[in-house]
Amino acid sequence: MKENMRLENGILRIRVPEELDHHSAAQISAQADALIKKREVREVVFDFSETLFCDSSGIGMLMGRYKMMQALGGTVRAVEVQSRVERILLLSGVMKMIPVERMKRGERV
Amino acid sequence: MKNQMRLEFDSVSANEAFARVTVAAFMTQMNPSMEEVADVKTAVSEAVTNAVIHGYHGEVHKITITGEIEDDWLMISVEDQGVGIADVEKAMEPLYTTRPELERSGMGFLFMEAFMDEVRVESQPGKGTSVFMKKRIGRREA
Repeated sequence: MKENMRLENGILRIRVPEELDHHSAAQISAQADALIKKREVREVVFDFSETLFCDSSGIGMLMGRYKMMQALGGTVRAVEVQSRVERILLLSGVMKMIPVERMKRGERV
Repeated sequence: MKNQMRLEFDSVSANEAFARVTVAAFMTQMNPSMEEVADVKTAVSEAVTNAVIHGYHGEVHKITITGEIEDDWLMISVEDQGVGIADVEKAMEPLYTTRPELERSGMGFLFMEAFMDEVRVESQPGKGTSVFMKKRIGRREA
């Protein structure tokens, strides 16, 4: 299986899959929470560079990790977000809590 | 142009992707924009996820999707025979969820309403829930 999570110097980087829905969000959340509980994590970075689809389950996943990290005194960020996902994040209001960085390179279509 | 389809599948989370991709394929004959396809995929994903999580509480039963094209209108229904919703109005309120422990954001209906032109919900406790959605495709904005 392709490595989708990497913990380095207290930063947990999660590569979000191409389609982030209830099915994939539940898997990522369980995997991330196991690491966060076991090891010292001060920042969770969600890398959305490959993600073309996201629905409200993705919002639930972000909010859940945000609350967890807040309780532990850590932070959550979303990076490399493409336009469709950005639209969903904007609509949800999650950007008021979680810093979101747009994709810098040319977008993949 | 008129066309119809009907799709029945198990209420397992892996089928959420199957459902939205199939509806996206069905609507390609309407020559939709990428944005319109993405809108419909999100709305279908929300309705199917609701059926999996809330309608059937994770038990495996059947979900039925019907699709209908009539000229530039796409009509989609997502139906389950699950627990039903006692107060539909309340369920459709943004941020309201009955399952916060499952990290439900309470935004499912918000997204359906944001991305479709019309969303109607019929539900009866103990009988199930049907979500009817309509979207006009190919309406070019001036």
